[in-house]
Order: sequence, then structure tokens, then C-alpha cells
Amino acid sequence: MSTALLDRHAPAGTLFRLATAGSVDDGKSTLVGRLLHDSKAVLADQLEAVARTSAERGFGGAEGGLDLALLTDGLRAEREQGITIDVAYRYFATDRRTFVLADCPGHVQYTRNTVTGASTADAVVLLVDARKGVVEQTRRHLSVVALLRVPHVIVAVNKIDLVDYAEEVFTAIAEDVRRVARELGLSDAVSVPVSALQGDNVVTRSERTDWYTGPTLMELLESLPGADAEDDAAASFRFPVQLVVRPQGALAPGLDPEVFRDYRGYAGQVVAGTVRPGDAVAVLTPGQPVRTTTVVGVDAAGESLEEASSPQSVVLRLADEVDVARGDTIAAADTAPRPTAEVAAALCWLSAAPLRVGQQVLVKHGTAVVRALVQEVAGRLDLDTLRLDPAETLGLNDIGQVRLHLAAPLPVEPYAVHRRTGAFLVIDPQDGATLAAGMVRGGDEA
Amino acid sequence: MTLTHAPDPGTASPAGPDVQDVLEAEAIHIIREVVAEFERPAMLFSGGKDSVVMLHLAAKAFWPGRIHFPVVHVDTGHNFPEVLEFRDRTVERLGLRLVVGSVQEYIDRGELRERADGTRNTLQTTPLLDTIRTNRFDAVFGGGRRDEDKARAKERIISLRDAFGQWDPRNQRPELWNLYNGRHTPGQHVRAFPISNWTELDVWRYIAREGIELPSIYYAHEREVFRRDGMWRAVGEHSRPAEGEEVTTRTVRYRTVGDMSCTGAVLSEAATVEDVVLEVAASTLTERGATRADDRISEAAMEDRKKDGYF
Repeated sequence: MSTALLDRHAPAGTLFRLATAGSVDDGKSTLVGRLLHDSKAVLADQLEAVARTSAERGFGGAEGGLDLALLTDGLRAEREQGITIDVAYRYFATDRRTFVLADCPGHVQYTRNTVTGASTADAVVLLVDARKGVVEQTRRHLSVVALLRVPHVIVAVNKIDLVDYAEEVFTAIAEDVRRVARELGLSDAVSVPVSALQGDNVVTRSERTDWYTGPTLMELLESLPGADAEDDAAASFRFPVQLVVRPQGALAPGLDPEVFRDYRGYAGQVVAGTVRPGDAVAVLTPGQPVRTTTVVGVDAAGESLEEASSPQSVVLRLADEVDVARGDTIAAADTAPRPTAEVAAALCWLSAAPLRVGQQVLVKHGTAVVRALVQEVAGRLDLDTLRLDPAETLGLNDIGQVRLHLAAPLPVEPYAVHRRTGAFLVIDPQDGATLAAGMVRGGDEA
Repeated sequence: MTLTHAPDPGTASPAGPDVQDVLEAEAIHIIREVVAEFERPAMLFSGGKDSVVMLHLAAKAFWPGRIHFPVVHVDTGHNFPEVLEFRDRTVERLGLRLVVGSVQEYIDRGELRERADGTRNTLQTTPLLDTIRTNRFDAVFGGGRRDEDKARAKERIISLRDAFGQWDPRNQRPELWNLYNGRHTPGQHVRAFPISNWTELDVWRYIAREGIELPSIYYAHEREVFRRDGMWRAVGEHSRPAEGEEVTTRTVRYRTVGDMSCTGAVLSEAATVEDVVLEVAASTLTERGATRADDRISEAAMEDRKKDGYF
């Protein structure tokens, strides 16, 4: 046990978010169970429960008959059917990192859950069955990963034990993966030969694949740069305003009313870049001319900060008494995006009711919600060929391209430039359901 | 579990913001989103460590303003006196309005019946839902964490409940990026879980970092206890040993604080927050597995309670 734990000021390492994806029966839940088990994130009472249920069901695998998939399949229906229905979140930590894992279902009808898990992921671990190689669902998942611009893709070539740890099987699959990744414009797709059931190359290096000299899955996860570290802090400053903090008369107990009489700040989370007192910023209000002012203070619960970077939650104070409200964006003055009401976007359609041209929807971007009209469906993406097929509508799990007309212009930016400022939700104005995940087109994409 | 934070030079953690800072920023963002988008939010506050941390985060989210929504406690009538005292003191200190739903009053009126096993945790659902309805709360913050339980691992951060407070795990809204959709129709409400992504260890490390005060029973103290269902149960007004259950005095602490009728203590010498961080990091049992009789009812105990409208 490290004494560093005792030091309340010691850093707790970095956070890394990963999502898993794969086809049915690729052994995804088993792999997740293996990661948790071998990184000692599974505690004795959880193991006991797994052992009890494994025995009741007559499971006969390795580890004294432990069905590690039971660690993640949390719902009654999932355990009964032996499949994963919904995204489950799991937590484990190593000496170097803390992991948040979104375990996504493999069934085609649950593609929307893969989209959900991938939307926040720093890396996706995609499972391929060594006996089957790259299949249609693999291509679909790689397409989703490319579309959502997940920074890293790791392909776990699983069940390598069932092909006798044959190097040529792995090499052929790894080559297929590279080819598909190239077609999709994925620069970073690494393959690792693993057996989730036996534990080979998941956390522990396997002697049965002595021909493999690359990293284990865990070594990769521990060393890949996180998205936050990579581009968020280097990007231009963006700050959607969540609410105005103006505490007159409702001051936190113990504070001096004289000091805070005229306090007025704008609370939000830095979604990109860095802000410092003295920075020139633009205030972007939907439907209003852009105004510029200067940041005079960056506050975090009583602390005055010298700077704040993504993903910090802070309160900004501005030099001028400008009218700023929820839904506005504060951005670096020199790079502030120009708000637009005409948006070309890719949509992952998540609802059972299909999208119609002429449909009225709500768009939520940052903290702004505006009405929007679906003007055109430009096409539906064929996830096998990656061609845009002509389409009039989008159905559940379809990915397509559309044009939207917004009731008020929003400072959207291409998703290719930044995931946080290019993403939006499409919401049903009547029942409030989330209809689609939207990604603004433009930037360097085709 | 190993979680050391002084890595060897050769295995340095990749660059990036600190875990505690990221989790804090995420929780504050969620709390602000809900308060901005809902008309009548409220926060569940039991005096348990997760709700204490959540309240601390809310205070930070609105500084220098005060927390202007009420806190809600569903009092089973079998709560630890130390925790109730702490609850009242905290409410006073932060100038909050406290709304209490009382299980005892429902039992006294004959609207709820005492269970044969004596646990009152499952009885909290009706008073909770009634409190939400009569106060017309449209968003209720809870300190639930996904690492606590397999059903909680599946729940969204903003979780829609129908007019009966029910959770439908098979029909949840996709939750994308950090764009939360809190739209709801009249009668529906949401439960919001700002510390969904925190683990028990994250909570304790944060308590240590921020110097947050907790009820005294979280730290090692001497107590009269007896053994039941493999757990150490306190001797108290509402928790009496049965025939053959021997009472002894042990040094214990509580890892979770629920109803006295279903919460067990663990043998522990951890008297300070630093001791507790070390103990939690080295623990081989989950907090609910070690201390909660209500979760031992079945594999899906939490899922079933949540579907009915539980926290």
C-alpha cells in the first residue's frame, strides 16, 4: 500500500473512459469481467455471488467455473437471457489510472447504446472472434467509432485459445482491421490477441502467444493519452453558460454581504481550451449580435483561479455589464465561431418512430435549446460500404445526413474540430424523448 | 485493489487532469444543469457520506450564492441518533429547508405494515413518492453511485420516472456526451445522480481532500453489538438482540449509514479519514455486501426496489 494515499494532496492519477463493443457471443462481458477480475477490482462478496450463480447454471469454464460475464450483466432480464441489453458502467483502477468503462451491448438493435457509450469514450475496445474475423457488425461498430471520433480503437482478437494461439490467424485479422480502419479514416486501430476466458494478454502477458511482442490490453489502456489531455486544453476557449450567479439577498451563510453586493458571475464548464483573467472573450447569444468583453475573474467556490481549463466547472466574471443568460456561449474573442441557423449534420437516429422531412424538433447544443425544422434528408450511410445511399427518412439505428434549419442561430462548430462543440441532441418537443445524436459536419471530413 | 499515486518514474501516469478534479467538475456541471432546467428541484439528504459529499458539491456549484432548493430526508424512524443530529446541524449551518417524509407516521396510520424481518429500508418508497408528489418536486438529486450495485450500474445520470415513480430499465433515454435531456411531461419527474461515476474510494479521498465533516459513526468507536446474518448489528432502541444472540463490545465503524434495522457495522480501528481511505482501498468486500441486509434479499434486490420508485 502506497503512503501516497495518505497524502490528501497527492494526485489520484488520471481518468480514462473506455467503451466496449462487439457482436453477440464475442465474449465481451467475459472480457470486461476479466479486466475487473485481473485488476483486482472485484471484491470477495461479488465473486462469491458470481460463483454461486455460475454453479447454479452449471457453468464449466476456467477459474473454477466462474462465469465472469455475470459481473457485468446487471439486469434480471440480462442474466436470464445471457445477453447484455443496456450500457453498464464499471470502475477499476491501476497504479497509473482510474478507468470508467461503458460496457455496451452487441445486438444490432442496441447500436444506439454503442453510440451512447462511444460518445464520451477516450478509447473503444472492439471485440472480434478469432474464429470469425472481421464481420459485418465489426465494420458497423468501426464506422460508429469513426463517426463519433473516438480517439483510440483497440481491437481485441478474442478466443485466440480456440484457434490454438495461431499467429497467422491473428496476423490476417489484424491486417483486415487495418484495411477497414484505413477506409474509414481511423488513424489509430491496434489489434491484440487475447483470450478473455483464459486471461491471455488481457492484463497478464501470455506465454502461449510468444510470437506476439506488442502490449497487453491493459498496457495499452494504461498508456494511451486521454482525450481531455490531448486536444481539449489546446483548443480555443469555449464555455456554454449554465446559469447566472447573482446572490443578492441569498448569499451562502458566513459570507460578507458588503463584499458580494454586486457579485455577478456566469457558471459553466469549460468544454474546450483555457481561460485566464484579462482574456478578451465574445458573448454569443442566439439571435443577438456578438458582443466582446474581458474576463476579470475566474472563481471556483471562493478560490480565485489564475486559469481554468477543460473540463473544470467555474464561474466567470466579466468586465462589462452585458446581458448574459443560460444558453449563451462565452468564447475566445479571436476564434469565436460565427453562429448559424443552417446546419448540415450527421444523425444517429435513436427512436423507433422514423425521422420525417418537415418534422419539427428541438436541438440541444451546449446549454442552448432551440426549435428546428428538418429540411432535408441527404442520405443514409451504408455501414458496410460506407456509401451514402439516397433516403427520404431515417429509422431506428440508421446513421444519415440531414440539413436542419434552426429557429435561432447557434455557434455550432464541426464535430471533426471538437467533439464537445460539434455535438447536439435532437429532442421530441412533445414527449421529450431523445430522438437522435447529432454531429455537425464540416472541417476535415469528407 | 492497488491504487498508488506515487508511480515509479518508468510508469508515470499519462498526463491529464486529476481524477478528483474531473469527477468534481462533472458533478458540479450536472447539479447546475438540473437546477437550471427544472422548476422545483430537491436533494435527498440522509446524513450518509454520499449525500454529504453531494451537498458539499452543491454548495460549491452555487457559491457565493446559497443552496436555494430544499433537502429531503425519508426518516425510517430507526435512524442512528448521531446521524439525525448531524443532519439537523448541517441543515442549520447551510441555511437549508428540510422536508422529512416519515415512515413511522405511515406505520402509525396503518398505511404501511412492518415487515417480518424488521427492515424498514424497503418501506421508504411510499413516503418518498408522496413527498415528491405533494411538494411537486420535478427533479430529485440522489447520491447513488454506479459502483454500488449492478442495477445502479445501468442507470442514467438523469433518470426519468413515471407518474408512479417507477424506473423502466429497458426503456431508458440514451445519454450522449454530457448533454443531459431532462424533458418530462406533467406527472413525470427525474432522479439526478451527480456522483454516478464516483467509487467508494473516490468519495473518501474527496472527503479527505476537502476536509468534509461526517457523522461520527463513520469512524472507529466502541459499541455494543451482536452478530446477525454475518454482520455486526448495533444494540439500540430499534435493534434488539434475539434469544441466543450474544451482546459484546467491539471497536467498529459504519461503511454505509442506513436504517438501524438493516445496516451492519464493520470491525475497524480506522479513527481518522486517512485511516478510512487506507482501509477502503484495502477492503476485500463491497460496502453494500459487507453491511446491508436489504441487498441480500436476492440478486436483483436493488433492481426490484428501483423499479418501484426507490432511490
